[in-house]
Amino acid sequence: MLSRTADNLFWLARYLERAETSARLLEVGARIALMPSAAGYRNEWESLLHASGTADGFARKYGDAVQRNLESWFFFDADNPSSVMSCITAARENGRIVRTALTTQVWDALNTAFQDLRQLERRPRSELDLSLLTDWTMRNTALVRGSIDATLLRNDGWDFLNLGYYLERADNTARLMDVKYYVLLPKIEFVGSGLDNYQWTTLLRAMSSHRAFHWAYGGEVTAPKIAHFLILNPQCPRSLITSVEGMTNHLDRLARGYQRKTRAQEKARGIQAELAELRVEDIFEEGLHEFLSRFIGDMAQAGSVIRDCYLNGDVR
Amino acid sequence: MTSYFNEMYQGSAVRAPYARLQDWMTSMPAELRQMKQAEAEALFRRIGITFAVYGEGGDPDRLIPFDMFPRVFSGAEWAKLERGIKQRARALNAFLVDVYGRGEIVRAGRIPGRLVYLNEAYEKSVVGFVPPKGVYSHIVGIDLVRTGPDEFFVLEDNCRTPSGVSYMLENREIMMRMFPDLFRENRIEPVDSYPEILRRTLASVAPAKCDRDPTVVILTPGHFNSAYYEHSFLADLMGVELVEGQDLFVEGEFVFMRTTEGPRRVDVIYRRLDDAYIDPLCFRPDSMLGIPGLMDVYRSGGVSICSAPGAGVADDKAVYTYVPEMIRFYLGEEPILKNVPTWQCGKADDCKYVLSNLKDLVVKEVHGSGGYGMLVGPKASAEQVEQFRARITANPHNYIAQPTLALSTTPTFVAEGIAPRHVDLRPYCLVGERIELVPGGLTRVALTEGSLVVNSSQGGGVKDTWVLAE
Repeated sequence: MLSRTADNLFWLARYLERAETSARLLEVGARIALMPSAAGYRNEWESLLHASGTADGFARKYGDAVQRNLESWFFFDADNPSSVMSCITAARENGRIVRTALTTQVWDALNTAFQDLRQLERRPRSELDLSLLTDWTMRNTALVRGSIDATLLRNDGWDFLNLGYYLERADNTARLMDVKYYVLLPKIEFVGSGLDNYQWTTLLRAMSSHRAFHWAYGGEVTAPKIAHFLILNPQCPRSLITSVEGMTNHLDRLARGYQRKTRAQEKARGIQAELAELRVEDIFEEGLHEFLSRFIGDMAQAGSVIRDCYLNGDVR
Repeated sequence: MTSYFNEMYQGSAVRAPYARLQDWMTSMPAELRQMKQAEAEALFRRIGITFAVYGEGGDPDRLIPFDMFPRVFSGAEWAKLERGIKQRARALNAFLVDVYGRGEIVRAGRIPGRLVYLNEAYEKSVVGFVPPKGVYSHIVGIDLVRTGPDEFFVLEDNCRTPSGVSYMLENREIMMRMFPDLFRENRIEPVDSYPEILRRTLASVAPAKCDRDPTVVILTPGHFNSAYYEHSFLADLMGVELVEGQDLFVEGEFVFMRTTEGPRRVDVIYRRLDDAYIDPLCFRPDSMLGIPGLMDVYRSGGVSICSAPGAGVADDKAVYTYVPEMIRFYLGEEPILKNVPTWQCGKADDCKYVLSNLKDLVVKEVHGSGGYGMLVGPKASAEQVEQFRARITANPHNYIAQPTLALSTTPTFVAEGIAPRHVDLRPYCLVGERIELVPGGLTRVALTEGSLVVNSSQGGGVKDTWVLAE
């Protein structure tokens, strides 16, 4: 397959996953904002901006973090490269470029989402509440994902799409967890308080996982359980280990199909092996934020190795 | 008042090819029609058949208006058209091989040498090179208009990269989805074999050095190009890669594409890119779209380029005048399809005639296209006529003139119901080892009442074109 085609498929999936994350971030933010604000907390919205890595851009454009502006920023704003609008537009453009590598159903789902979003943008903002926007995003990204699973040929293009999904998901789950760090940072004594648990629960909700969590663990919500669930539990569809396993799986498939091993495969296997050995205590010992930062760095490296091995057109 | 040939009615009688459409038309209630029209539009938009217009603001994805009323030819009418089109495609290719070779037609004094050799589209870098199977123009789009039951005129030939075939295919798909009954009642020749025949045609002109099943690709200027949809649509239907210049590179004697598994050799390139952009080493050095070194590989038989560089010299508006002559010279036959009489303002006598008859003529720029920069005398204001008089006087070589043709009309759905609108036709003739033509083409329709300009950039639409099985 053309390297450029593979690259576009990879990014198509990354953008869709990222659109979903932006919507999820908005949801976390809105829920945290409903709580009585407590002295010593950072502005909750501020923390979301940091977690998404777009704080500077926001500050330049809007200044203060007011919810209304945040909604615009995370959803519609073309100046925010991670906004739902930017991501869906970019994904659709990637799709248009590689139209031949997609089935009609996949293209239809992607294109319909884009056309819908343009309609949504024209409606008065007062008619659009937050939950409508986040639900819309989840539903549409799920439609695309579903049509990929249901109709696409299981060839190398499918592998590159999935690599994009899993890589972005691993990165995004790590970032969403890190929001917690930014919110709590100043007052360590909040750890374990009722407020603390409320925030953790909110995080689970944002990942559509709080029910799944209860099924898997039962009992009280504690930080170690949640960290275990979102990082180390292979049952959780968004956990770091699930995402990294997905990457390894698709890199293995590519290696078999092309009959050549790559550094990308080695890199992903290395990360997976480390996660498999890890215990929750180790993570808290290292510091959750430190661990997550290191992981986000690892994912960035994995992305660049994948690029070198398959996508940049200089493959020999 | 000119009278126009109506393809459906002869007086009050319905002409045979349209017989079964009369009931369909009269029995369709207005609401159903509006619903179907909206459905068609939604289908086009969802499938993504839009032409992208960037840099003009507004929605970059535009739809070409689709008219649901089909345009119909009888089998006998088509058989004659087919013979005429294939004849023309053969003569144009023979001409191209000749003018890049010995130039017999010029030596014989049948066409002025300066029209050929001083033509901007004459490509000196391929002189003496004969492309595989002696084919320069593999897809010949011939624009035709009809003025009477048996009167067809060729308006122009497109030997380079004629576009629009995706509409021919999609219009049919959409009609079949929306009105399956029509297709049960009428016996309509299918057009959906076009992509397969195109692929076979391209594979049949694989280069001399290709010793295996040839790898065919479509080369597009990129996704910002207005015809990008068509490029990807054809690639998809043919099952070949759609590449951009950056995906290809030359190494040694061959062209390769960059894939996830390393370089893969390419044998036939169907390019949807002008000559000037395909190789910065040979043509425009500032082109970022092309492949450096491509022309060297081409001339040494390492890759085929379709249409072949230099093909444009055959579809110039001035060379057009001589196509009937080419048919007589190379094929020893009389032209089946007529040319429109053309006055060249560059010739003193012609110019004088044109200037004194501007009110009745259509004036075009020699290199113009898309319906821009033309004067339709009978429809123009006195002021517009005077403007053109001044322009022609200032630069006569830049203009040609033709009589205003009484373009045929077909019934068309308009806001008020159904009304006659003017149409033209572009069939796509494929030339490789064999010459083939699918029974159909693109019918363009001028949606504005009385307008004779069918270009989509000037408010034209498209129709499904039927050829009835005999």
